[in-house]
Amino acid sequence: MTGNGQPSALSSQQETLTPELRAVLIRKLTALADDEIILAHRDGEWTGHAPILEEDIALANIAQDELGHASLYLDLRGRLDGSDPDRLAFFRDAGEFTNVRLVELPKGDWAFTMLRQFLFDAYEALWLDAARGSTYAPLAEVAAKAVREERFHLQHAALWVERLALGTEESRRRTQNALDELWPHVAQLFAPVPGEAELVAAGIVPDLGEVCTRWEGFVVPHLTGKCGLLLPMTLADAAEGRDVHTEHLAPLLAEMQGVARQHANAEVW
Amino acid sequence: MTAPHVTPEQVWSALAAVPDPEIPVVSVTDMGMVRDVAVDGGRVTVTFTPTFSGCPALHVIRESIGEAVRALGVPDVEVRSTLTPPWTTDWIQPDARERLRQYGIAPPAPAGDTPLITLDPEPTRCPRCGSLNVRMTASFGPTLCKRLYVCESCKEPFEGFKSV
Repeated sequence: MTGNGQPSALSSQQETLTPELRAVLIRKLTALADDEIILAHRDGEWTGHAPILEEDIALANIAQDELGHASLYLDLRGRLDGSDPDRLAFFRDAGEFTNVRLVELPKGDWAFTMLRQFLFDAYEALWLDAARGSTYAPLAEVAAKAVREERFHLQHAALWVERLALGTEESRRRTQNALDELWPHVAQLFAPVPGEAELVAAGIVPDLGEVCTRWEGFVVPHLTGKCGLLLPMTLADAAEGRDVHTEHLAPLLAEMQGVARQHANAEVW
Repeated sequence: MTAPHVTPEQVWSALAAVPDPEIPVVSVTDMGMVRDVAVDGGRVTVTFTPTFSGCPALHVIRESIGEAVRALGVPDVEVRSTLTPPWTTDWIQPDARERLRQYGIAPPAPAGDTPLITLDPEPTRCPRCGSLNVRMTASFGPTLCKRLYVCESCKEPFEGFKSV
């Protein structure tokens, strides 16, 4: 991932951020990017293994977009603290990643993959839609850009969830299993990072509660009404923060970062 | 050493010959990617808007723009990118749309400026026979910007540009 541009004339706005807001914004941008990087890796694991060639290509495309979004967020972070997106992606350990646990779970079967993608894409599309109104212009720009791409991911995943849920008994069983397994993890998508309320108060990022309400209004009718799936009764749990991971993240990073770490001085990987 | 003299018009026409690396029948100006050309003495600054954020052709586009301007004898070229306003397929020039169609790629439908979160894809016309009786076979094609279709009228498969 290489940065793709110079800042537009916005440095004056960055100077108006208080040091506290700046620190929280850096944390938030990193969390947003980490979700995308890890999900992109999981999607990339299907390359060469998807059920049909078209889906192989589709998921590779989606992974590429998600990495593109991570790159946009990390470029924004770089403008604030001079950090290097490649160092952040390839040279941090599991304990330093701040992705939600939803995205690091192993790729599972196709139903699991598509359902996770649907739950995440709906969240991402609606968050970006709201973030277009950010008072922090560089973020508003990024959101306006990325939301146009995210719509296609969401359409794709929604269609697959429908197809699998209403397909055969086997595909329905697998889709319901995926929902049961994934549902407890979605609450974390709507859990703010420490200090995020300050960013919301300043109009810099959308209120996650409002995004969640829209998300439920969008996702629940699709899953239950259209697809006839049963929402699990499990209480959604976001109690542990983004610094707590499952045992699945470290092996993922070992694979993702292997080449970069072995050839740390290479210009491109 | 005398400063090279180029006009913004000369730079624009040089850029009009820089092809999109993934769709060679259209240029970077046809695609509406070039937003601004500024000439200040011997220094030229070109501002362009990336199409898709994950587009792997971005660095090629950036380098090709720089090379095209340097070929005019300008040693000092800066290629910057901007995300504002975000690139939209509505910026693709009308004659380029026709070239896309002749090349076998359905041009994008109007995108407008509200990116509605919807589950329904836009209608698409077969670039070969013009029929709207088409079936999408994959919502992601060989590049980020395209989908795959089959025309139910003339039975030909084709690619369609996403409306972004």
